[in-house]
Amino acid sequence: MAENILELHNLTKFFPAKAGGIFSRAKGEVRAVDGVNLTVARGETVGLVGESGCGKTTVGRTVMKLYEPTAGRIIFDGEDITNLKRQEMKPIRSKMQMIFQDPFSSLNPRHTVGTIISSSYTIHGIEPEGGVEHSVRELLTLVGLNPEHINRFPHEFSGGQRQRIGIARSLALKPKLIVADEPVSALDVSIQAQVINLLDDLQKEFGLSYLFVAHDLSIVQHISDRVVVMYLGKVMEMAPTRTLFENPRHPYTKALLSAVPIADPKIGRSRERIIVQGDLPSPVNPPSGCVFNTRCWKAQDICRTAVPETIQIAPQQTVACHFPE
Amino acid sequence: MSKFLEVTNLNVTFPTADGDVHASNEVSYSVGLGETLAIVGESGSGKSVSNLAVMGLHNVTRTKITGSAILNLSDGPVDLISASPETVRRLRGKEMSMIFQDPMSALHPFFSIGDQIAEAWHLYNKGSKSDGIKKAIEMLDLVGIPDASVRVHDFPHQFSGGMRQRAMIAMALVNNPSLLIADEPTTALDVTVQSQILKLLKDLQNEFNMAIILITHDLGVVAEVADRICVMYGGRIVEDASVEDIFYRPEHPYTLGLLNSVPRITSGLSHRLRAIPGQPPSLINLPSGCSFQPRCEYSSRVSSGACTESVPALNDKGSGHLSRCHLDIADLNDLVKDKA
Repeated sequence: MAENILELHNLTKFFPAKAGGIFSRAKGEVRAVDGVNLTVARGETVGLVGESGCGKTTVGRTVMKLYEPTAGRIIFDGEDITNLKRQEMKPIRSKMQMIFQDPFSSLNPRHTVGTIISSSYTIHGIEPEGGVEHSVRELLTLVGLNPEHINRFPHEFSGGQRQRIGIARSLALKPKLIVADEPVSALDVSIQAQVINLLDDLQKEFGLSYLFVAHDLSIVQHISDRVVVMYLGKVMEMAPTRTLFENPRHPYTKALLSAVPIADPKIGRSRERIIVQGDLPSPVNPPSGCVFNTRCWKAQDICRTAVPETIQIAPQQTVACHFPE
Repeated sequence: MSKFLEVTNLNVTFPTADGDVHASNEVSYSVGLGETLAIVGESGSGKSVSNLAVMGLHNVTRTKITGSAILNLSDGPVDLISASPETVRRLRGKEMSMIFQDPMSALHPFFSIGDQIAEAWHLYNKGSKSDGIKKAIEMLDLVGIPDASVRVHDFPHQFSGGMRQRAMIAMALVNNPSLLIADEPTTALDVTVQSQILKLLKDLQNEFNMAIILITHDLGVVAEVADRICVMYGGRIVEDASVEDIFYRPEHPYTLGLLNSVPRITSGLSHRLRAIPGQPPSLINLPSGCSFQPRCEYSSRVSSGACTESVPALNDKGSGHLSRCHLDIADLNDLVKDKA
């Protein structure tokens, strides 16, 4: 059995960028994901963080083969799935599942909860032990919902409950890897904690691996074993959670961490803040050299011309910067 | 001395087919010049609704509003709730302004940024069209838009999210108002841009001595910028205190639960989050008594079922720290210590 449940080698996904109008031709490409290497070990939670537009969601979706990668390789459970066709992917999909951000648009409003959750069985032609209804009831109990609600519709549930339905659906086929794309960012704080705890419990019980995509660093810190920081389609830094938060080596990671508001007035107001100037550049036309050079306070000439190599700077910590901290 | 804005016993009710939505119940708060008041709560806690009433932005034919919201202007106080819509309209944009969460839908897509800022300026100032644009450039410069004299002719879609929020702030402040209500101003923005905008608001407040009401659900943002905090739950203010009191000496179980349920970057590696069980209440059908009671782990400690029978009063239990709970503070502190 392979040690890593998921390995990405130089994963790249470009989307065609079109100029407006119906007769438009591709004008360039959006470099959404540009050469990402990362691994997820069995039972591990890897947090993928970055600002909007950094390509973190695209990584998650490409892993699931919802997008065809432009280049690179995806190794799932020891098998290269990069070039598998739709039909060939089907048996593999049952081992990798996704939880979506928006619990309102990711559940079919015309289907009952029972239909939504059992559709996994129907699609894969699986007859679970003890029958479909029995399994669905079990799943509902597992995620903390009342199994009597099996015939209700999504609109009868609150946001947090709907997210639990999405989680129950993803667990139906007993997957090995779950890609969770911003699973709590649409929820209120008191509900976020409930869902995070649920994900924690399920991981312990089933030995799940998570690729946890989020922009909220405090949640990522809480749930992840390792964290990958992305910026404009590239990995800037990768390290075990504690190392990354205590000793960030990439200027962007440092800036990102210092921008997170801390829910503690004394610490929040006394610490030194790095406020990066400006906005995220366009991924259609990323800056030459290091993609962060336009906002980096340490940028020098070499940063504008040469793309920094990803170097191992400490055990398990890699950073892509010419002048790491 | 009276504060610049004093809201007292504000009730906002929307009649619907399913019954009356009691979005804001006996809400009182005040904010002084140069002060930042944060109103914190989850979605549906009534934090936006109360402030829309202050701004006179509810549809009065369909909304029942009672109570008072006194704006202490230099030429005498005005009650924004009982005043005529025309009076409130003349104050809006001049004495008080509001910025919203989503700057893209708050800006008009067909008009240039400069025209929209100039329009707000022309409402209260006499001047030519080019004077308005000049003022717009000055404001864009103030809020940190680079090349303001060129970008003033851009349309909203040509601005990034952070720049749009800056443009909104420029528009809100063009007539130098004394009160700025910011409704989730940074929720739609990335953290690095969020910290830019929060710093901008703080700098502008220092420069113009504005009163700011910051409506948010993000306790981190509140911890960094607020002077005073009102915590809302189920349409009521459940705790009202200084920022230090809320974070270090909370007196309401809901505030405590909220603080415990946020993971903190500083708290080292993972402990289990202490989530608040259950769901926030429906504003149509609030629980009897204290609206937090069905989710409260301490309500069993209160004798004789007071929590389900009566709504606790917002008591000042010492030095301006107000809390709406039947539980004795000393008891609560003991319980918190026991758990920790």
